[in-house]
Amino acid sequence: MNDISVLTGGRAGDGINSAGLLIAHLFNQMGYQTYMYFDYPSLIKGGHNFTITRAAEQKIGAHRDRCDYLLALSQDSVDLHRHLFSENTVILYDSGRVHGEGQGIPVEAILKAEQAPPVMGNSCIIGAFAKSSGIPFDVVETVIRRQIPKAAAKNLVIARKGYEAVREERIIPRIGTTCCPLVTGNEAIGLGLLHGGLDAYVAYPMTPTSNLLHFLARAARNFPLTVVHPENEIAVMLMALGLSYAGKKTAVGTSGGGFCLMTEGFSLAGGSEIPIVVVMGQRTGPSTGLPTYTGQTELGFVLHAGQGEFPRLVVAPGDPEQAYFWSSIALTLAWKCQVPAVILADKTLCEGTYSLDEKAIGPPETSDLQQSGISGQYRRYSITDNGISPLQFPPLKDAAIKVNSYAHDEDGITTEKADMVRLMTEKRQRKYEALKGEIDALECVKSYGTSSARTALLCWGSTLLVCKEAAKRHGFGVIQPVVLSPFPEEQLKSVIEGTPNIISVEENTEGQLRLLCHQHGIPVASHIAKIDGRPFSVEELDARLGEVP
Amino acid sequence: MPEKNLITGAQNTWCPGCGNFTLQFALRNAIKGLIADGVPLENIVLVTGIGCHAKMGDYLDINSFYSIHGRTIPVATGIKLANPDLTVLCCAGDGDAYAEGLDHLIFGAKRNTDITVIVHNNRVYGLTTGQYTPTSPLGFRGKSTPQGAPEEPFNPLILMLASGAGFVARSTSRKMPHLSGIIGQALRHKGFSYVDVLQICATYFNVSELYDRQGYELSDHDPSDFSAACAKAEEWDYNSDAPIAFGLFYQEEKTSFEERFSRHPASPGSRNEQIRAFLEMKR
Repeated sequence: MNDISVLTGGRAGDGINSAGLLIAHLFNQMGYQTYMYFDYPSLIKGGHNFTITRAAEQKIGAHRDRCDYLLALSQDSVDLHRHLFSENTVILYDSGRVHGEGQGIPVEAILKAEQAPPVMGNSCIIGAFAKSSGIPFDVVETVIRRQIPKAAAKNLVIARKGYEAVREERIIPRIGTTCCPLVTGNEAIGLGLLHGGLDAYVAYPMTPTSNLLHFLARAARNFPLTVVHPENEIAVMLMALGLSYAGKKTAVGTSGGGFCLMTEGFSLAGGSEIPIVVVMGQRTGPSTGLPTYTGQTELGFVLHAGQGEFPRLVVAPGDPEQAYFWSSIALTLAWKCQVPAVILADKTLCEGTYSLDEKAIGPPETSDLQQSGISGQYRRYSITDNGISPLQFPPLKDAAIKVNSYAHDEDGITTEKADMVRLMTEKRQRKYEALKGEIDALECVKSYGTSSARTALLCWGSTLLVCKEAAKRHGFGVIQPVVLSPFPEEQLKSVIEGTPNIISVEENTEGQLRLLCHQHGIPVASHIAKIDGRPFSVEELDARLGEVP
Repeated sequence: MPEKNLITGAQNTWCPGCGNFTLQFALRNAIKGLIADGVPLENIVLVTGIGCHAKMGDYLDINSFYSIHGRTIPVATGIKLANPDLTVLCCAGDGDAYAEGLDHLIFGAKRNTDITVIVHNNRVYGLTTGQYTPTSPLGFRGKSTPQGAPEEPFNPLILMLASGAGFVARSTSRKMPHLSGIIGQALRHKGFSYVDVLQICATYFNVSELYDRQGYELSDHDPSDFSAACAKAEEWDYNSDAPIAFGLFYQEEKTSFEERFSRHPASPGSRNEQIRAFLEMKR
């Protein structure tokens, strides 16, 4: 089985993310499935950034604790990753910056000779990598022409110099001719939202969802989409609710700290029944924590965020295909049931780059909501069997559309009457049942290889793919609830039935999904925690599984 | 069609003598003026915060978004962005606009969203039973400051002028026709318009006598003169016993926020085609 890991390291500002991505595209052209992990500290210039671009024959979404090729643009890139090297590791380095073993490339001299800017150093290294791994130069040319179309010619000259500067060492064979789109989780979420009919996106920059803001701001040039970056997350949430009130399908994006500020508006959305979608990209907390690293500590937070009781949809996609599918679904169901919805992701998913399986992303065709006919006076909160009132937007002739954060009557006028407060609470509770009915019609709990396994890993979110890979080594199954609210208790119980031993794998201390399962009478025997801000590598999870009694 | 009286059947719970009654009728008159100009009633949206003022959302029979404390302006901005044909106005309290949501007030002025913000400035928290606000005078004895408020008030007019507001006015619940007129002008101003309404709180801060004694209507004032507007705004600092001017301090027409948003024409292909095109690029 071909399984290759390429570590590209340098200083912040060197364009390491772009370099790693170009490597991923080389693999893509060679017929591989690919995944790229990007590790960077919270600073703009300097420091140590690295990517691990991995290629394999099967679908992957986790990094390995090994380095088959090292592309070093800084001394740290050699010194800090020695534990990953083997005797077969191919080391290519910028001889102007790094003292190393392996093959040096005089990047600076090459750039100078061609009068090229420093950023083109990446192309030089990529060219050298292609030569050392036996990847034909025409593949490099294809990738550069597609991915750097504006300055392709010059980059190709530089890449060719890099290519010619080294010798072939360790061949990476071509295994196919089919290429996939390579997308980040943020892009998959954005595309899913657009598929679901997104009209507006409002966000204040915060890692790891800033790139979703950037992606949608660019997309607004091609889609009828309004993208706003207001003064803070409080304004974000309230502006979004204003847009929704006036009929625009709207989403917001943030991380834990920003979501803290949004919770008052989140509760307003719940109580006033205004649909909204929140993209919540988790990172390492508490507080500022590790801004550019990962974690799965906000499940409890999003399930309980906001004062009062109201139904909410929470989905936690585990890979880009699920991110696309469930983002579309989240927007659709938020509007259908007039509830807030959370797409719970994390740094690993948001900023990881994956080969996308296009065949797996098609959500059910979404259609505009069927409004029951409005007869007589329009009442925003008219009491209905399923709790869902007809949704209309101003301007509506001969009607005043009143929404209200206070307890209110059917017209949206404040009330403190006990009977009406109870009726409206019951109405919202019926919406929970309606939402539960919607999700019960979907496959909310994914299971993989559980039919014959006596042990299964229970996971949620981005740990899905590392769990699948590590579980295979142990003959374990994997169970992943994608919907976490309303909790798909029946589906989960039915999937778990026949698998007596469940091990939860979560990037938090206590096992937040595990505790949730306990509340629903689903025993989870063991828990494997990861609490250092880094995602599991395949080897690490493999070893931890071996330690479970 | 019979003229609507624009008042809902909701039970009114303001205190007897409350300044909000004047504001309610001034606002209704101003809205009737807009309707007479040809603005469809259903195109008008009122956003309120939380506090005594906010009951306006219950009492006026028009589209309303009864939001949360301090947050009228972002809500109104979202509504206006969603549909620029709507006339969007905010009723906010001084607690809303000057304390809890001060950032939004400044950004509303900075952005120049075409919305109208009417601040019911009674210089006291009424609904929470009498605490000092950002515009209460120094030494105000409220329930949270029994020894007297330890802070001087700030001058919200100066703040709005400094923040780029294109329409800055002050009126009072003591002058109903003046108030109606100013609100009407504010609603017709294209861009962010701000009206500070000195309103008495009959229960916790009844300074009718002060506003009647010190108040006067601006005359011989050029509202296009920014320096003159600043000088007039500085005349009374919300603390001392100086003369208090009512009227339009400053007005400037500028491009509005929503006009600066390029509205993408209806796209030629379907969303799915464009998504496919993006994915093709990423291959």
